[in-house]
Amino acid sequence: MSFYGLVDGTEASLKSYLGKLSGVDQVGAEARASMLATRSIKTTSKRWAIDTAITMVDLTTLEGADTPGKVKALCTKAVRPDPTDTTVPSVGAVCVYNDMVSVARAHLDLIGGQHVPVAAVSTAFPSGRASMPVKIQDTQDAIDAGAAEIDMVIDRGAFLAGRYIDVFNEIVQIRQICGNKAHLKVIFETGELVTYDNVRKASFLAMAAGADFIKTSTGKVAPAATPPVVLVMLEAVRDFYEMTQVRIGVKPAGGIRNTKDAIKQLVLVNETVGPDWLNPKLFRIGASALLNDLLMQRMKMDDGYYTSPQYVTMD
Amino acid sequence: MSDRIDVKKTYKLYINGAFPRTESGRTYEVKNAKGVFIANPCLASRKDLRDAVVAARAAHSGWNKATAYNRGQILYRIAEMLEGRRGQFVEEIVSITGATKVKADKEVTEAIDRLVWYAGWTDKIASLAGSTNPVAGPFYNFTIPESMGVIAAIAPEAPSLLGLIDAVAPIITSGNTVVVLASTKAPLSAMTFAEVLATSDLPAGVINILTGKKDEIAPWMASHMDIDALDISGLSSEKHADIKVAGAENLKRIHSFKSADPGRIIAFMEAKTVWHPIGL
Repeated sequence: MSFYGLVDGTEASLKSYLGKLSGVDQVGAEARASMLATRSIKTTSKRWAIDTAITMVDLTTLEGADTPGKVKALCTKAVRPDPTDTTVPSVGAVCVYNDMVSVARAHLDLIGGQHVPVAAVSTAFPSGRASMPVKIQDTQDAIDAGAAEIDMVIDRGAFLAGRYIDVFNEIVQIRQICGNKAHLKVIFETGELVTYDNVRKASFLAMAAGADFIKTSTGKVAPAATPPVVLVMLEAVRDFYEMTQVRIGVKPAGGIRNTKDAIKQLVLVNETVGPDWLNPKLFRIGASALLNDLLMQRMKMDDGYYTSPQYVTMD
Repeated sequence: MSDRIDVKKTYKLYINGAFPRTESGRTYEVKNAKGVFIANPCLASRKDLRDAVVAARAAHSGWNKATAYNRGQILYRIAEMLEGRRGQFVEEIVSITGATKVKADKEVTEAIDRLVWYAGWTDKIASLAGSTNPVAGPFYNFTIPESMGVIAAIAPEAPSLLGLIDAVAPIITSGNTVVVLASTKAPLSAMTFAEVLATSDLPAGVINILTGKKDEIAPWMASHMDIDALDISGLSSEKHADIKVAGAENLKRIHSFKSADPGRIIAFMEAKTVWHPIGL
């Protein structure tokens, strides 16, 4: 593997690659993120942003209590988010636990949702605490069941202990399992990485190791996809693109619950990496409650009055 | 020593137990009967209404589940807190309406008594409006009145305090939550009442108070699909028809009242009829 010519797979080369990274100006990142959050997006732009955000949603259910019935209902919603309005686009993907992949894939195919991919969370999600053979088997199972996207978690323990090469090798091995059958999203769990410097470092590490997407969080730990963290990751993606001419996607997940939050994310994308990334191939939002709020805002724009949660499906 | 600078109060909205400024950033001037400037309260927008409805909806489940005794205690507590700030209310009513101190004091007394009166109704209204229905079978059949959900109300222009109490108290007595638009000309007692609520053990979001223009907010209240019913007592009668048309989309119950009576509580309840086998 070439790793874009940035590292040769040895610990020394990885250390020197990561060692060249500049630090993140914490105050600057937070100030810029909060400044961009004040942008006002109205009328036609808002309408465009809502529809774009719907196509970017990875509609997620990651509960111990998930049943095949709930997953099927979620898939139905993913294909036609608003059953009364055919102009609402399908979401970006359905994101489920490993054992629900086959249920989701079969149901999507049954109801005409062939265009909606299934994403599986993998590598002992959400903690990442399992041996490598287990993680590999976990990923292989998901792909065999029909997952087109793999959301893997990194070993935060290894990362925080400075064993970057272990994290790197893990991603490389999972990348090999995915091959060209599945997109690989690498979850950092930024809430556990503590500093923005670590987030930047993890971003560059994952991108060099072959991630197609870098993802903020599992949704199980708070804080999750805060605007400054997403900004730091988008800047990493932008810098990586300048180095390699390769576009890596970003997926904030966790804590994005309403339309306002989603639009703030789109503003961050547009202002940091540019409009090329305003596309479900390069930007996704991991969420469950968000979709209903997007639909309610869309109804408000169409009908001219405020709607009620009673008029959208429950999850 | 120079004279001390006046500490003027900023009159804000009361949404979800907090005192935010209006999202629109607008204010309007309130003048007293003689045309002297009194204050710059917030001119609430439709988005403030939207935020208030979200807060009221979230608060409904908890307030509805509270026991009738507990709701009564809290209503009584509001009366206690109001009593403690009687002087301030009298002063504000006098300054804005030009009423005599005696008359203003009478209004405050009535407002306090009215709250105590509604506090007493919380655990009695179900007996008044509910019933055990005769059936030809081995089971009981009960009709139980329940709260509706989120109710919006437009308080009358005057009396500003008593009218506000009469608008919100019957609604929350049965477990509903409320978004109320206060008197436009005399909103000061409403915002001071919000300070009373904030110290009354009333859960956040049960009463939300907006100040602004009726013609601007009322149509949004009527068309909002997440408001279950509307009290338009404070709206002039020639506007009632338009509001009722706008509220027809979600079959909103729209009422206006002339006096305080238990019917005002029952108007914002809906009947649920259930059966139960005898002997179990």
